[in-house]
Formats: sequence, C-alpha cells, structure tokens
Amino acid sequence: MTQILNDFPNIASLRSALDSRKISSVELTQTLLNEIAAQTKLNAFVDINTELSLAQAKSADEMIASGSATALTGIPIAHKDIFVTQGWHTTAGSNILKGYKSPFDAHVVEQLLQVGTVSLGKLNCDEFAMGSGNEHSAFGPAHNPWHPKVVPGGSSGGSAAAVAAGLVMAATGTDTGGSVRQPASLCGVSGIKPTYGTVSRFGMIAYASSLDQAGPIARSAHDLMLMLDSMSNFDSRDATSIQTCRGVANQHGRVKQDFTEHDQRFQNLGAKPFAGLRIGVPEEYFGPGLDNGVAKAVEAAIAQFEALGAQRVSISLPHTRLSIPAYYVIAPAEASSNLARYDAIRYGHRTEQYTDLTDMTARSRSEGFGAEVQRRIMVGTYVLSHGYYDAYYLQAQRIRRLIAEDYQAVLGPQCDVILGPVNPTVAPPMGKTDQSPTAEWLADIYTLSLNLAGLPGMSIPCGFAPGFDGSSLPVGLQLIGNYFEEGQLLALAHHFQNTTDWHAQRPKHSEKGAV
Amino acid sequence: MNWEVVIGLEAHVQLSTASKIFSGSPTLFGSAPNTQANAVDMALPGSLPVLNRGAVERAIQFGLAIGADVSPRSIFARKNYFYPDLPKNYQISQFEIPVVLGGSLSFSVDGQPTTINLTRAHLEEDAGKSLHDNFPGPHGEASTGIDLNRSGTPLLEIVSEPEMRSAAQAVAYARALHNLVVWLGICDGNMQEGSFRIDANVSVRPLGQKEFGTRTETKNVNSFRFLERAILFEVQRQIEVIEDGGKVIQETRLYDSDRDETRSMRSKEDAHDYRYFPDPDLPPLIISPEWVAEVQANMPELPQQLSERFAQTYGLTEVDTLQICHNRETAAYFEVVVSKLPTNQGKLAANWLNGEVLAALNRDNLDIDVCPVKAEQLAALLNRIVDNTLSNKIAREVFAAMWVGESGGEPDSIIEAKGLKQINDSGAIDTMVDGVLAAHPAIVEEYRAGKQKAFNSLVGQVMKVAQGKANPQQVNEALKRRLDC
Repeated sequence: MTQILNDFPNIASLRSALDSRKISSVELTQTLLNEIAAQTKLNAFVDINTELSLAQAKSADEMIASGSATALTGIPIAHKDIFVTQGWHTTAGSNILKGYKSPFDAHVVEQLLQVGTVSLGKLNCDEFAMGSGNEHSAFGPAHNPWHPKVVPGGSSGGSAAAVAAGLVMAATGTDTGGSVRQPASLCGVSGIKPTYGTVSRFGMIAYASSLDQAGPIARSAHDLMLMLDSMSNFDSRDATSIQTCRGVANQHGRVKQDFTEHDQRFQNLGAKPFAGLRIGVPEEYFGPGLDNGVAKAVEAAIAQFEALGAQRVSISLPHTRLSIPAYYVIAPAEASSNLARYDAIRYGHRTEQYTDLTDMTARSRSEGFGAEVQRRIMVGTYVLSHGYYDAYYLQAQRIRRLIAEDYQAVLGPQCDVILGPVNPTVAPPMGKTDQSPTAEWLADIYTLSLNLAGLPGMSIPCGFAPGFDGSSLPVGLQLIGNYFEEGQLLALAHHFQNTTDWHAQRPKHSEKGAV
Repeated sequence: MNWEVVIGLEAHVQLSTASKIFSGSPTLFGSAPNTQANAVDMALPGSLPVLNRGAVERAIQFGLAIGADVSPRSIFARKNYFYPDLPKNYQISQFEIPVVLGGSLSFSVDGQPTTINLTRAHLEEDAGKSLHDNFPGPHGEASTGIDLNRSGTPLLEIVSEPEMRSAAQAVAYARALHNLVVWLGICDGNMQEGSFRIDANVSVRPLGQKEFGTRTETKNVNSFRFLERAILFEVQRQIEVIEDGGKVIQETRLYDSDRDETRSMRSKEDAHDYRYFPDPDLPPLIISPEWVAEVQANMPELPQQLSERFAQTYGLTEVDTLQICHNRETAAYFEVVVSKLPTNQGKLAANWLNGEVLAALNRDNLDIDVCPVKAEQLAALLNRIVDNTLSNKIAREVFAAMWVGESGGEPDSIIEAKGLKQINDSGAIDTMVDGVLAAHPAIVEEYRAGKQKAFNSLVGQVMKVAQGKANPQQVNEALKRRLDC
C-alpha cells in the first residue's frame, strides 16, 4: 500500500498541496483513515471516529477556501489517549476507563482544533503514561515501525509510531519522565517537551502533576515548532499554567517568534551558524550503561554541531544518578493520589460481584489497573505513609532541588545548550519489561532529571545503531535548554536537520513492521 | 476528686462565596442532587482545581478580625482517604502552613470577660453527601445515593487552643465565633444547613494536674444547645470511666441528639493515615501586604470597635452595646434611629431598641432585618416622646399599633387617629387636678397626715380622668402645688 504522507516531507509542503488544491483535507483524511484501518497490527490507534475526522477535514477545507487557514489547517494529527476528548473515547490506556467519554476537550485538543488541524483519533500509550515501552497498555503494545519485534518506546509509543509510520504528520504526547523524547528517539522522529507550565494540563489525565507536560512529536524540528506554538499558551483553568515566560506573554506566537529570531541569527552566520555557541556535554551521560552504537551516533552528532561552529564544553551534572530514585518516589507519590479517583463509583470500570463498598472499589481497581500502575500506586502510597514521608518524599524533593541547581550551575555560566543521548540503547526487544520492572526504570536515566527540573528538552534523530538482532535502529540526540528556551532548541535542531538527513529517513518496512 | 474540664473547639465555617473554592459551580443550598457539581466537583479525568480568590479574601478578613497573622505564603495539601462522597478520594486542605495563624476571640460568659486564643484557621473544600435512603440501584437493590452539590464548597476550619474550662464557656466561645463570622459576612451562619459546624475536643484531668488527659473528639453537633449537651455528657462519661478505674480512649465520637449521648465512631487505632503532601496542582498561596490592606479597607467595623464608639458617643452601658452590637443589622438599625434623634437621646434609642423592639421581635420570632417597625418609624415615635407629645406609656401603645401596621405604621397618624396626644395644657391639667382633689378628700387627708403613698394614688386618679394622656410630670407638679401650699 502506498503511503500518501510519504509524498510530503514536512507540514509546510503538505500545506502548499492543500492550498493549491492538489488534495483536499477531506480526501487526505479519508485516505489516511483507510491506511490506519489497513495498519491495525501497528496498534498505534486505539479509537477512530471517521465521521468526526471527516467533519474536521471539511471545516479545514472551508478555512482554506475562505482564506482563513493557518500553518496547521488541514494537517492530519492524532492525540495521545491521555488527552480527554468529547468525540473519541479516552481511557489513558487503561481498562479502568474502558468506554469512558469526556464531556469536555483537553486544552491542547481545543487549541489544535482551532487552528484547523484534523484529528484522526486517539493513540496508544502506556497505561496512565507509566512505562517506557508502550507494553503496559490495556490495548496491547503498539509496535515500532522500524522493526516488528522492538518496542516503540513509551509512554507516548502510539504517538511516535504513528508519526514514524507516516499515518499522521504530527501527534500530541505527554512527557512526565521522558515519555515524548524517548519514544521519539526509538522511532526515529522528533519530539519536544517544553518548559513545565507553558502548555496547559487542563484535560490531560494526570499521572504526576508536578512533572507532567504535553509536547508534540513530528518529523522535524520545524514541524514541532508549528505544533508547539499552537499548543503553548496561558490557560486560567490550570493553576500551574504560566502567564509570562521571562517577560514574554505565554501566548501563541511566542515559540515561533523566539525560533525565528534564533533561526535568523544562525542564518546570518552563514556556513558556521553555531559560531559562538557553547554546547555542554555532561560526563554523567556517557558513563557505563550507554550502548556503544548509541554513543557513537551521539558523538557524531556533537561533531556535526562542532562542524557548524559550536564549541564543545565538558560539563558535569553530578546529581544525575539520583534522578532515578527521586523520580520514582515523587512520581508514584503523586500518582497514588491522582489515581485515587478511579474508584468505580462515578464512572469507569465496576466489578461484577462485590460484597460491600470497600470490596467494590478494591476489586474494580484490581481488575481495572494493570501491574505497572498498581506497582506505582503501592510505591507512592508507601512513600507518603506516616513515618516514611520524611525519609522518602521529602528527601526526594531535596534531591529534586539539587538536580535543578545542577542545571543552573552550567546553563549560562558554562554552556548555552546541553547535548547527550536520550536513551542508553536503541529500541529494546518487546516482552522484556515484565521480567524486570526496575530495569525499565533505570533506562530513564537521561530523561528524568529534565522533568524534575522543569526544563525544556527535545529529541531528534541522529543516526542508527545495531539493535538486539543486529538490525539498524534509530538513535536520538537530546538537546536541553534553559527555561523557556524552546525556540532556541528548535532553531538549533532545525539547522542540524538542514545539514543532515537522519530525520528524513523513513522505515522501509512499515508494512512488515506490523507483526 | 475535683476534676478540671479541658475543651478545644474546631469550627467548620462555610464561606459565603457564590461559587466553590476550586470550581465555578454555585454553592446554593437545597438544589436537586448533583445539579451544581461540574467536572472538577465530580473529579472527572483531566479536571483541575483553580482557587477562588473570594474564599481567600474571607479567610483574610477573619484573620484580621481576630488579630491573627495572615500567612504571606501558605500551602494547599492533599488529605488522602477513600470515601464515596469524596470524589477525588483526597480533600484539598491546608496542613503545615495554614492561611491564618494565632489570634484570639474575646467575649463574656455570664458577664465575665473572657479571651480564648486560636491556634489556626485553614481553607479547605467540603465533601459531598451520602444519602442512605435506599435508592434503587442498577439491579433494583437498595443503594446509597451520592449528592455532590456540596462537594468543593469552601470551608474555613477554625481551631481554638484547648483553653476552655466549662461547657458554658465553650458555648459562649462558639456563639461569639458564630456572631463574628456572620458579622463579617463571610458565613451565613445557618446551622441547620450545616454552614457552621462544631467539633468538640474534650478531656478531663484532676484539678491542679499539668498534663492534659486523653481527649475525645465529638462530631455532628449542629446547635449550641447540643454542643452544651454533648460536652456535659462527654465530661460526665470520661469522669465515670476514670473513677471506675478505666482509661479514656482517644477516639472520635458522634453526638446523638435523640438519645442525648455521644458514642464511639472510630478509635485512634483505625484512624486514617492521611498521607498529606503539597498539592502539585496548586501553587503556594501568596498573600501580599497590598492584598491584605485592600481586604482590610473593605471590612465592616468590628463589634468591639462599634461597641466602644456607641458607648462613647451616646453614653451607653456595656449591657446596652452588647445587645445593639449582637449583629450588624441591629447595630445598623440603631445607627439609623439615633441619626434622626437629638444627639443626647442615644440612651432613649438604646432603651427602646433593647426593650420594646427586641421583645416584640423575640415574641414574633422575627429577625431585625424584617422588623415591622422600620428604624425611621421608631425614630419618629421617639421624637414624639422627646417633644412631650407622648408619655412613655402611651408611646408603647402607639408602638404596638405600629407593629401591626395600623395607619401605615406611621406614629403621627396613629396618635392622631386614636387621639393619644399628651395633654400638656396646664389649664386643662389644673382643672382635672382640682376635680380629683375635690372628689377624694379622704386621700388628701391621708397625704396631709404624711402618707406618701396617697400622693401616687392621686396621680393615678388624675391620669384616669385624663385617660392616661396627661403629661405625668405636669400632673405631679400641679398636684404638689395644690397640696403643699
């Protein structure tokens, strides 16, 4: 089956085709819905509403016809099943919310609809965004389009897989400990987690509220910029939503303007666009545990940055090691409380047989929640318990501050941006996570500290390395900036992508990719 | 043995905001179940709390009124426990750093001035209600209904120090607190609807002992009378337990007004571990000095300040001002009345308000804001006393007519219609006096023989002739003139 989106390298080219009426949004949407239906084995989509998608496409065509189109009008996207939607079921990948339909749309869903994107449905993910392989989903695992037997990463696995497979131009994801960056990395696509508080969490099913942040996954940095610019703005419905970012109002256009200014500056510098730029390379990100092939690809990318004029600086983020214990105390603690509302009383799964109220709630939760979610609820309940709170929760909060201070000690004083790997390995084979849950946790070493600090970070494809069976799998490069520097990160990635073609590589065997 | 009673009270005061503390749904009482609960109140996936500034302003008002510290930075925490009418299965409350710290409340118990210190006051949300009315469930079985209308209603939990030493003192504190929050307008004070709820922490110890005894917490007390009954019962129970060689168990108890007793609800052993932690959905509550100043500027004059001003301006006694300043409406009524009287007649206004008006209100079970005699009308009546048109006695008669709305409640019309105008004409009075003296020579004799009581009898006879309308002072003078010459 030919894939229609392969004809368009990026959002802008698809926009031109729509503007010149080479294709209508309705035609495109119908074609893609057919492709999705034919690709069920990828298991990226968990809910489809053909009528609604076509209605959105019709509106997009009308916007284009009336001349009110935006940079995203008619662009096919899809939403991670963590964002609540009125038109599609929302389950957070969990049986406990099986069949649930929200009476309102998430802020992000609303914003992207307003600019005329067309949503093709809801995307698979780890249950309540807990996992790094998309294997903890009530819908079964999503697959990596690059290889039938490896994971797409997680928790936004369906989002990364759908973009990589060419079923959508972009997708929304959420990143609590790496859940946008890591699947983007493992699926060879680009993803960004913006500064905490820049994108409203309203309508985003909470996992760990102080860490959760929405971000887009797309094919290129420029496409990400268009998506993020439409997702990021102040929202009074989320008390942690930020009104001004270093004096600049948090509204649509902020990211784009910042990106444009940096892009212009880089362009003015000609062949050495990154001249004067200091890139910090943390020694802690290249220690034991980092796969050789991944290290090589990341080093080559850093060399490319140097070739473009950047200066490499060795830095240290001494508390990196502690990000794992700190995260796996704070995130489960918040999750144990956030997930308490799923009690089978007002909505969601309710067990068939029960003796009394407590029994009903206990049985429903045992049936509705998967093993990983139950594990984290138990850990979280434990660390908040009387007598353990100080030793675990408060201690983790102290570490969290130290980690944030680590970044402030280098970002600015020593370097302008930090580069490193996203994941210690390329996509691991499926079916391993259940054997050792904590091994899965350890792989989050390079992504967690960013969430703990609230900083923006992104992942862009930077090469390939051999996987478990020797086949070539994508490697991601992580870029970390200071607060509100999404625009600069995206401009850096954009210029890297101008001189490389890693991001343009498509999985050759997406058909075979489905097992 | 002599026992000392130790009482501390926790009040849950429902704040008078139009919408809930973390959502935009209304806080009205008595709506059909679940008609004023939105996504936040029902804890739907993806919903988030947003703090209502009006609730914070009311907390600041309370803090200022009791001379407490208003925390420049306080924290909302999650109190985690599973309960079917608590939709998130955690309550957003304040734990380590509350919005109001310290302060004190002064009031009098049996005329004795008393001051009780407060520990803290914190903002939190109320839960919904479980309706154990055997609703038919999905399969026709008896089920419990959940009404989330109250879910998310703003509460200020006000905690006193354990400084009260008798049920009477505790009730006086609770009344003073109730009076204050209603005065401030931060609570409607309706105890039947649960707007003002009290939990009593009670313990006993041998008189002279320093350490506190083991306390129990009694909940579900929804009137001042029940509060007194519950404390008295609990004190007696604890003393009996100890005197019988037992130990008081730290527990939560429920007051049952039908049986007039408290009974165990749960003991400390099965107390919840609430796993408090700062709510990551809500940033710290920052209260700037400017915000406090703004709230202060819009606050009503407090009862204490008003009492002092009334006492000074109108020469009133503490008993007078205590009644007038019982609530804002009474004080406002008083201010209107005195504003329409000569400046030296404040005492007259106070006497009438605290006497005739309050008695009539109590008799008819009315609040002063629906008083049938408006403040302006009372002032018009009192002015007829001041200008000698009416005696006090006749004025009461006019007042009674005003109360039932005769002649539109206007005193002058009533006086006219009933011919109640006081007789101040000295010639007319002299004639009446002369007539009485001539008709009652025996009494005149008694008076001349030194019997003072005979004089009063003669006054009474004159008034009888005058149908009560003669100016009493002039009658006195005329009689004296005739008899003592």
